[in-house]
Parts: sequence; structure tokens; C-alpha cells
Amino acid sequence: MAAGTASLARRRERQGRALRGASLSYLGVMVVLPILAMAWQAVEPGPGAFWAAVSDPYAWHALKLTFATAIIMVLVGAVTGTATAWVLVRYEFPGKHLVNALIDLPFAVPTVVTGVMLVALYGPSSVVGAILAEGGVRVIYDQPGIILALLFVTYPFVIRSVQPVLLALDRAEEEAAATLGAGPWTTFLRVTLPTLWPSILTGSALSFSRALGEYGSVVMVAGNQPLLAKTAPIYIFGEIESGNRHGALAVSAVLLASSLLILVALNALQRRGEVRDAS
Amino acid sequence: MRAESGEAAEAVVPLRRREGSPWGRRLLIGAELAWFAALILVPGLALARQALAGGLRPLVEALAEPAVQRSFAMSLGITLVATAVNTVFGVAMALVLVRQRFFGRTLVDGVVDMPFAVSPIVAGLMLIVLYGPDSAVGGWLEARGFQVAYALPGMVLATMFVTVPFVVRELVPILRELGEEYEQAAHTLGAGRWRTFWSVTLPSIRWGVAYGVTLTVARCLGEFGAVLVVSGNVMGRTQTATLYIAEGIESFHPEGAYAASLVLAATSFVLLVGMDLLRARLERSEEVES
Repeated sequence: MAAGTASLARRRERQGRALRGASLSYLGVMVVLPILAMAWQAVEPGPGAFWAAVSDPYAWHALKLTFATAIIMVLVGAVTGTATAWVLVRYEFPGKHLVNALIDLPFAVPTVVTGVMLVALYGPSSVVGAILAEGGVRVIYDQPGIILALLFVTYPFVIRSVQPVLLALDRAEEEAAATLGAGPWTTFLRVTLPTLWPSILTGSALSFSRALGEYGSVVMVAGNQPLLAKTAPIYIFGEIESGNRHGALAVSAVLLASSLLILVALNALQRRGEVRDAS
Repeated sequence: MRAESGEAAEAVVPLRRREGSPWGRRLLIGAELAWFAALILVPGLALARQALAGGLRPLVEALAEPAVQRSFAMSLGITLVATAVNTVFGVAMALVLVRQRFFGRTLVDGVVDMPFAVSPIVAGLMLIVLYGPDSAVGGWLEARGFQVAYALPGMVLATMFVTVPFVVRELVPILRELGEEYEQAAHTLGAGRWRTFWSVTLPSIRWGVAYGVTLTVARCLGEFGAVLVVSGNVMGRTQTATLYIAEGIESFHPEGAYAASLVLAATSFVLLVGMDLLRARLERSEEVES
């Protein structure tokens, strides 16, 4: 009987190793190999060629535009996302459950369809687009359209990150502050916000990383005008199409490195938070 | 006497203030709902209006076009394969990450998330670099009559790449929460790994798997950038629904594109309802567990 259990345990051990080997191999072939192949080809021609490709005026403008639109989106998204999470957690109103369920819609809608929606609403042939054009505002085929598209596709990130923290928040501290005579604003800024910061930061970092790479929705609303509304992913696709493989690779490497850096920093931040919570 | 009533008034005022004035609350709720409607709902309605501009018949006719039907069949096929493979991988990887201790586990945990950090366009470029006809691997495969880049296998690979993390990320916290006691009890009673997995582990994580699968399906159906780069956008031959839409909008016959967009938007709405139901299930099963 003892020998039987021991051999069973050995067999389980062997099966466990096989499972690990298989899943790690899949991950290696599917994810690690393509990333390494790209990184290698991007840096292989040397730092001089890499710098030349990135500092090409069109490439540089595309990168600047990508970061600028992502920053504007994050600033707007952090405020509206926190406020929406607050409204959904703290207040009761008719249709609350429906709204809460629909928050995730941007995660489910294909990015291209998002772009089509925005063109249908703000495009030059639409009513709204015509009214805006009268006022001298161009949304579609210009930079405001890009920011709108980014706000749409990243809408759930901050809300879904802040909501659980707000739900779990102990309200005793807020009540204490209120009893001590602090108004709702002071209570929010001094008591609630410091607890919410990490979750707001997490949601913002995820949306920023997503915004850097967003293509489907942005390409539909941005058109294809260089030095105006051509973001880095649009630039990369253009360079692939026109056969400038290295130009595409260098800008891709910059995008990828920025995104990874953000996620690594976020991870470190969360780890530190966990350590602090545990102690 | 006066001092006493003053104290009482002071104690009452903050309690009322704490909730904020009803008008302030109404204003905040109104502002957030208006922002949500303007950003998310109104564009959706604009699409519906555009697609139904000529009534229902032109919509049905546009959807009956062979090109539209072929592209939807292609999207569904790719979704089926990518979701099946990544679900099996996702369950296995989550089990390995939670139940096993090995060197580099934290690194692997981070690598699983990497596709989230990669732009779809860059993901497509990676696959071209690795499997393109002028690469070592691509050349070797092509010599054996197997084309990956600019063909269907590449499009499947691209879709698989972008959806690698979904099932894993959904299951890791659930497995961790679940703990090992039931599995160990099954082992003690003499059940092998398979038996334990099928009759103990899987039933406890099934709603999590379903949630991860729903997210994967939504992303597969909607994937555009990565598939665009890898397909080489060969007209008519290798086209998914999203590629068809993008091409239709750029051409001068956008009716089919609007119709197909409406179908995809409706599909994502259905998936979202499914996600909401699953989340309710997940929360309930967590309550039962604890």
C-alpha cells in the first residue's frame, strides 16, 4: 500500500513536470520567440541606424503625437473614471445595474467598429460633424478624433480598477473626518483619495499602455495624414507596407519598450503595496 | 443651555454634510451618466442609425453579400481555433503558476501578460519577422510548402498571440482562492491527476473558465491590427470581418461595412450580457466557497 502511494506520488510529480514543460514551451514559442526576433532585428543594424530611424521627422512626429494624445486621454480618464466609480459605488439611482454592466462595452466592441461608430457620429457627412465644421472644429481626420477614440477604448480601465477598492473601503475614517467638521471635499481629498491613489494609478497605467499601441479605432478616425494625425502604430503600418522594415522595427521597439517599462513599474509598485499591506 | 444646543447643532451638521447636498449628488450622477452616454452610447446609436438608414431590407441585402458571409465565416473559424488552443493553454498555465513552485515563476507570470503591452500592429510585425518568407523559420517552412505569413496560419497565430493572457489571468486568482485542500483530499483518496482535475478542479473553476473564454472570443472576433499586418491584406482571399469593414469604409461602398459593423457590435453586446451573468455566477460561487 505504501509502495503504491509512493509510486502514485512519483507519477503525479512526472505529470506535473510534463504539464509545466508543455505550457512553458507554448508560451516560449507563442510570445517570447516573436518578441526576441523583433527586438534582435530592430537593434542588429547598430545604434546609429536605430537612432536615424527613430529621429526621422515623420517617425518622431508620430511618436510625439502618440505620447501626447495618450497623456491627454489619461488625464481626462483618471478624473472621469474615478468620478464614475464613485457614483457607481456610493449612490443609488435608477438603471444603475444596467450602467454598471455596460461599462465594459468598450472591451467587447471590436476597435474597428469603435472607429466606424465615431465616424458615423462625427464624420464630415454626419449632422454633428456638419455642425462642428460650421464652428470650425474638426474631430474626424484630426487629433481630437484620436483622443476621443482612445477615451472610448480605455473607458473601463480606471473605473474597474477603482471600483473594488472603493467598495472595500472602510467608511469609518471618512465619518470620523466628517464628525471632526471636514466638508465632503476635504474628506475626499484628505481621507479617501490617498487610499484610492494606487488603484487610480493602476488603471491609468493600463490605459496609457493600451493607448500607445491602439490601432483599429485610431486609424479609422485619424485618416492617414503625416505630420498631423498619424500615430506611431499607423506610421509603423505605413512603413511595413512601403517596405521600410527597419524604420517600422525601430519605432515598434520604442513603443514596446515604453509599454513594458510602464507595466514593470506598475508591477513593482503593486508588489511594494502588497508588502506594506502584509506588514 | 445655549452651549448645549450649540453642541447638538454641531453634531448634526457634519452628518448631513457627509453625504453632500442632494443637488451636488444629482449633479455628479448626471454628469457621469451624460459623459458615459456621449462617449459610449451615442456613437453606438449613430452606427445603428447609419446602418439602418435605408430600412431593414438594404441591411439584410448587404449582409447577404458573399464577401460579407465569407469574411464572417473566416472570423468565426479563426476565433474557434484560437479560443480552443488558448483555453487549454490558459487552464494548464494557470495550474502551473498557482500549484507549482519552480525557478523563474515570477518572470513567467510577467511574460504571460506581455501580449497586453504589445501594439496589435507590432504583434503582426513580429510574426512577419519570425515567419516571413525571408526569415530563417519562414524560409524553412516555405520550402516544405507551408506558408505562415500572408496566409491563414499567420492570421490564426496573430489572433492566438493577442489572446494568450485572458484565460490565465482569469483563473490564477480563482485557483489561488480555491486552495489545494480538495485536490489533496482527492489525491489521498487515490485519484490520479486527470481524475482530480476533471472531478474536483474543473467544476470549481468552470465559471472562471467561461468568463475567460468569453473575453477571448470577443477579442478574437474583434482583432484587427495584428491580422491586418500578417494577412498582407490580399483582396478577397484572406479577409476577416474586421478587415472587410476597414476596407469597406475606405472604399466608396460603405453599406456592407456599416451592416457588418452593426452585426459585430450586436455580437459584442450579447457577449457583454453573457459576461455580466457570468460575473454574477462567479460572485455567488465565491460566497458559497467562503
